[in-house]
Amino acid sequence: MSYPPDFKYTKQHEWIKADGDSATVVITNYAQESLGDIVFVETPKVGAELTAGKAFGTVESVKAVSDLYAPASGTVTEVNGELATAPEKINKDAHIAWIMKIKLKNPGELNSLLSAADYEKFVAEEGGH
Amino acid sequence: MSALPTTPTIRKTALNAVHRQMGAKMVEFNGWDMPVEYPTSGGIIAEHMAVRTGVGIFDVSHMGDIRLSGPGALAAVQHISMNDAARLAVGQAQYSALLYPQGTFVDDVIVHRLADDEYLLVINAGTREKDFNWVRENTRNFDCRVENLSDDFTQIAIQGPRAVVVLQKLTDADLSSVKFYWVMRGTVCGLRNILIARTGYTGEDGFEIYIPADEATSARVWNEILKTGKDLGILPCGLGARNTLRLEAKLPLYEHEISDTINVWEAGLDRFCKMEKPEFIGRAALEKARTEGLNRVLTGIEMIDRGIARDGYKVQDETGREIGYVTSGSPAPFLKKNIALAYVPPAFSEIGRELKVDIRGQGVTARVVPTPFYKRQKKT
Repeated sequence: MSYPPDFKYTKQHEWIKADGDSATVVITNYAQESLGDIVFVETPKVGAELTAGKAFGTVESVKAVSDLYAPASGTVTEVNGELATAPEKINKDAHIAWIMKIKLKNPGELNSLLSAADYEKFVAEEGGH
Repeated sequence: MSALPTTPTIRKTALNAVHRQMGAKMVEFNGWDMPVEYPTSGGIIAEHMAVRTGVGIFDVSHMGDIRLSGPGALAAVQHISMNDAARLAVGQAQYSALLYPQGTFVDDVIVHRLADDEYLLVINAGTREKDFNWVRENTRNFDCRVENLSDDFTQIAIQGPRAVVVLQKLTDADLSSVKFYWVMRGTVCGLRNILIARTGYTGEDGFEIYIPADEATSARVWNEILKTGKDLGILPCGLGARNTLRLEAKLPLYEHEISDTINVWEAGLDRFCKMEKPEFIGRAALEKARTEGLNRVLTGIEMIDRGIARDGYKVQDETGREIGYVTSGSPAPFLKKNIALAYVPPAFSEIGRELKVDIRGQGVTARVVPTPFYKRQKKT
């Protein structure tokens, strides 16, 4: 699966797509493949303040619990309520089953994240999958 | 998860290359490089469901095997095992445990009586050396030979309501004559005199076969079983599904529900511990513990509120006071609930009682439920 070039990626396997100062946060296909069957997603509440690099929620597979890390600082404006009852949608298409939308505090932060090409390289080195 | 020392080199079963070829996700488990799930099967949930509703196969060659044989074999087994091996007919097996003098667990085992004076103990992967040394040390005064056969076998578990259909196509043994927890020998995939046990660790009907441990033979048998079961939807299954299956059936896992600090009564394994036997290691301590009463008991809980209890999470009473801990917790794929086993004081273990599980700092409501969480319907 190819990683869309207009997104920015983190080493914690999330991506973020910005449109002005609002952005959508999603976990990557690599992350859902590594986790396996996703059975639970814990998202922050609308209005929660996120700090870049800090944990903001969790995603759980049958076997494991993984923290989700904020790719950028900002305020949560919307969460994907569908994931509360159908977390397996992330397995079906990780790049469509978005986690939340945030209002960016500083859109410039995204410049420090990985490009699609860099992320693919990073995953290839880390992976083996 | 377990704090047991493991050998520095990771061990591989004879089927390791086969698992990798099939694209299995591999993990280290008690010093072994084992498949946790097969994405080509559809992953843990699909594997779990195959075993509950059809058939699945597992490589369980990491399990260990100890043979005791000779005129004193029965007496030796009786001394080290809490169940009553004198009740076993030739060809019969029983669940049991090896205990420390304190009444806590060296390991849980399946004792098979293979012949008049021959017993096979099947033991856990993480405790192989410890168990073998324990058995050898504690049977020195008996007229019996103790052999570690752990590396001699590839052990394949064929599990699920359709397991019998698949295996019957590959063997001349009449499987309908083998009852649950009995063993027989037969030709399997052209290999003669193979031990076939109607045992497993899934809560389903099924078989475990013990074949020669060379790679070529192991791969051939594994692939023949998969091919034969294809029409029935057979799936290769990893340790992930093995864990969720055994948890639904409340089968204990060493270092979780049982350990060297947990005794038989706490673990609720009373019916496998035969106190009417005059002597076995651990008996005196258990006699004493029984009169003293229990501080904690293994208790099944089901999450009511959203959240998954995981191994090691704290259990609280309704006021948030810590009263115990989760030994194993997971989503239960067949039951479609989030279930857990936990040690809590007896006063908190009555069915229906509400408890809380500390999930990342939040007290999430759970309820005590009857166990096993899942029980297969036995055919008559």
